[in-house]
Amino acid sequence: MSDASKALVIAEHDNAGIRPATFNVVTAASQLGGSVDVLVAGSASGGAATAAAAISGVAKVIHADGDLFAHGLAENVAAQVLSLAPGYSHILFAATASGKNIAPRVAAKLDVGQISDIIKIDSPDTFERPIYAGSAIATVQSLDAIKVITVRTTGFDPAPASGGSAAIESLTPVANAGMSTFVGSEIARNDRPELTFAKIIVSGGRALGSSEKFNELLTPLADKLGAALGASRAAVDAGYAPNDWQVGQTGKIVAPQLYIAIGISGAIQHLAGMKDSKVIVAINKDAEAPIFSVADFGLEQDLFTAVPELVAAL
Amino acid sequence: MKVLVPVKRVVDYNVKVRVKSDGSGVDIANVKMSMNPFDEIAIEEGVRLREKGVATEVIAVSCGVVQCQETLRTAMAIGADRAILVETTEELQPLAVAKLLKALVDKEQPGLVILGKQAIDDDCNQTGQMLAALANLPQATFASKIEVADGFANVTREVDGGLETLRVKLPAVVTADLRLNEPRYVTLPNIMKAKKKQMDVLKPADLGVDIKSHLKTLKVSEPPKRGAGIKVPDVATLVAKLKNEAKVI
Repeated sequence: MSDASKALVIAEHDNAGIRPATFNVVTAASQLGGSVDVLVAGSASGGAATAAAAISGVAKVIHADGDLFAHGLAENVAAQVLSLAPGYSHILFAATASGKNIAPRVAAKLDVGQISDIIKIDSPDTFERPIYAGSAIATVQSLDAIKVITVRTTGFDPAPASGGSAAIESLTPVANAGMSTFVGSEIARNDRPELTFAKIIVSGGRALGSSEKFNELLTPLADKLGAALGASRAAVDAGYAPNDWQVGQTGKIVAPQLYIAIGISGAIQHLAGMKDSKVIVAINKDAEAPIFSVADFGLEQDLFTAVPELVAAL
Repeated sequence: MKVLVPVKRVVDYNVKVRVKSDGSGVDIANVKMSMNPFDEIAIEEGVRLREKGVATEVIAVSCGVVQCQETLRTAMAIGADRAILVETTEELQPLAVAKLLKALVDKEQPGLVILGKQAIDDDCNQTGQMLAALANLPQATFASKIEVADGFANVTREVDGGLETLRVKLPAVVTADLRLNEPRYVTLPNIMKAKKKQMDVLKPADLGVDIKSHLKTLKVSEPPKRGAGIKVPDVATLVAKLKNEAKVI
C-alpha cells in the first residue's frame, strides 16, 4: 500500500491507561502502510500517553492535557483533532460509543464523508464495511483527501501493547468550547471482563423469563468461565439486563473465542452483533430457532435444566 | 420552542435484504419500507415534549424520494404538526443530509433537533453529529432520557459501560437511542388527521445545498456465510467438544 499515508489514531483511554479498542485501531492504521501517530486528549493523562507510546507500531504520541478533556466531550475533543487534521491523510477512531460520538463531528467540519465501522482495508482509500445489520458488505472508496474512519474492533487484531518507544509531544489544548458540561455518570463496576473484549461471553435471551432467573442462571456460569455477560435486545427490553449489555446491530458488536447464547432465538439484528465469534454455542429448546443456523454446537434442551448441568460439569 | 425531527425512509427492519447478483447494491424493489425505528423514537420524544408544554411545534423532515411523503405522514400521525420534504432522487449520504438539515435549522430556528442515532440501512451513525458540527451546536448522542428546562437540556446518554448525563445549552442536537421511549401506536383517526396537515416540498437547490457524494460504493457483496455446526445430545457432550475439539474452555 501507499507509503504516503499519515494516520492519526484518536486514543480511547481512562487517563491512567489506554483502553483496549485503541490497539485494534492502531493495527488498522498500520495497514494503511504509512506512519501512525496517536492523539491522547485527556486530563491528568500522563499515564495514558506513556502507555500509548509503548504500543508497537506507533511513531509519535501527541499529548493534549487539560480539564476540558476530563469527560471526553465531543465538542472539545473534535476541536483538538481538527487542530491536527491538516497534517494527516487518515484520522481513525474506534467504533465505540466515544468514537462514534466524535468522528462525524470531525468529518463534517472538514467537509469530508465518514467511513463508519470498517472491517477491512483494501487500499488507503477503499474500505469494506457491513450494511443492513451485516446482511451485506459494501466496498466503498473515499473521494476525499482526508479520510475520517471508525474502525470496528472485531475486524482487526490488537497491536501489541508493548515494544514501541514513540516520542511524546505535548500540545497546548484548544480552548474549551463551553457548549456542554458533564453532570454525572452511572458506570457499573464489576470484576467481569469488558463485554467487547471478553474471551468468553455468556449471553441470555427472553426465554430466561425474569431478571432474577437471568442472574440466578447465568451468573454462576459466567463466574465459572470468567466470562462477560451479554443479552439479546428482547432480554434488555424486558428489563432482565442493563442496556449496555445488549449485543447486536445497534448494541455491542462482539467476537469472542466462545459465545454461549442461552434462550436467544437469533434475530438477524442479534446475529449481526456476534456472528464473527470463533465458537458459538446455542442452548435453546426450540429446534427451529435461527440461532442454531450459526451455532457450532447446538444443544436443544430446556435452559433451566441445561445451564445448571453445564455449571456443574465445568 | 420548535423541535425539528428528521426521519428516514428505510427498508423495514423485518425484511431480510438480498444482495443483487451484479454486486451493485441490495434489492429494495418491492420490499416493505418503513420509518427508521430510531427516528420513530425521535418523533415520539418531540411529540411528548409538546404534550408536556415544553415544545410548541414539532416539525418532521425527510430528505429523499417522493415516497418519503408516506414516512412524513406517519410522523404526523404520531403527532408531528407539519412536515417538510426535501425531494431528490439523487443518492444522499449523511454529510449531504446534514447540510440540508443545517439549511432547515437556519430557516426554522428550532430549539432542539432530535434524530435517530443510526439508520438501520447504511448503519452509519453520523447525521446528528454532522448536523451539530455544521450548525455549531452542542450535541448529546445516544440519549435515553431528555429533560428540558431554562434553556438547557439534561440528556442521559448510553455509553460503553453504563450511562452518563450531559447538560447542553439550547439550541442543541440530540440523537435518540433505543430506550428513550416506546413510540405510541398510530391510530386510524390520527392517520386521517395527518392527511390534512401541512407538508412543504423543497428541492436541495432551493436550500442552496450541494449534495454531492463523498463516498463511492464500488461493490456490495454477501457476507461470508457461517455454516451451521452440529447438534449435541447433552451437556456432557457439549463440554467435551468445547474442551477437546474447539479447545475454548
